[in-house]
Amino acid sequence: MADETTTTPRSEAPAGRPSGPGGRSGPGGPGGPGGRKFFRRKKVCKFCTEKIDAISYRDVRLLQGFVAERGKIVPRRLTGVCTTHQRRLSRAIKQARNIALLPFAARY
Amino acid sequence: MQRLYEVMFIVRPDVADEDLDKLIAGLEQTVSNGGGTVNSTEKMGRRKLAYVVRKFGEGNYILLNLSADGSLIAELERRLRVSEPVIKFITVRMDEEEKRLAKVRAIRATRKKLSAMPAESPEAAPAQPAPAETPTQASA
Repeated sequence: MADETTTTPRSEAPAGRPSGPGGRSGPGGPGGPGGRKFFRRKKVCKFCTEKIDAISYRDVRLLQGFVAERGKIVPRRLTGVCTTHQRRLSRAIKQARNIALLPFAARY
Repeated sequence: MQRLYEVMFIVRPDVADEDLDKLIAGLEQTVSNGGGTVNSTEKMGRRKLAYVVRKFGEGNYILLNLSADGSLIAELERRLRVSEPVIKFITVRMDEEEKRLAKVRAIRATRKKLSAMPAESPEAAPAQPAPAETPTQASA
């Protein structure tokens, strides 16, 4: 998921202007200012689309997808999770960390 | 005030099965003595820990689902803390979450009825005219 977002601006950079104003953090939504040529796919919340109501701390498989390699919680802007579900997700991840289902920090 | 709780705890891996059962039975005993009820007990088995806890790399996970009083939970947690084989535990209150889930399900059920009605009626509609047509054809 993190790869997706990092590759999009990179592929955009050679095509358009290399040093555009606010290139990386700018709003990448469709129908933006006219100068923007690339089209970023709108991300949708996994929990809303798949209708997952309960985010349990026991569901390690599910939570693992929203944790980076080092054990950090992946921000919403990268995963596309909606605010409500991100809140529940982060709570579940923190509970899972507490009971040693997920690492606080992955060691190398 | 009875509430729904989920207590998960990790028992050190070098504990024998009989001792583990005894430990769980003892905890269940405390719950029932304190006026609570154990809804379910689940041994989730041996799992690798995400990080080292008291120098253990793995542990036996046990999940208790119970409805109990707040003071009983405090007593249970105290017991978990002093019992030597238990290396880690977590208590999560579930009743608020259950309530929210029930609400969501109820809303979804009402929506489904609305969407299912038109979907069902076309299916039922051709089924009914078909037998109705056949007699007319047969009679004609």
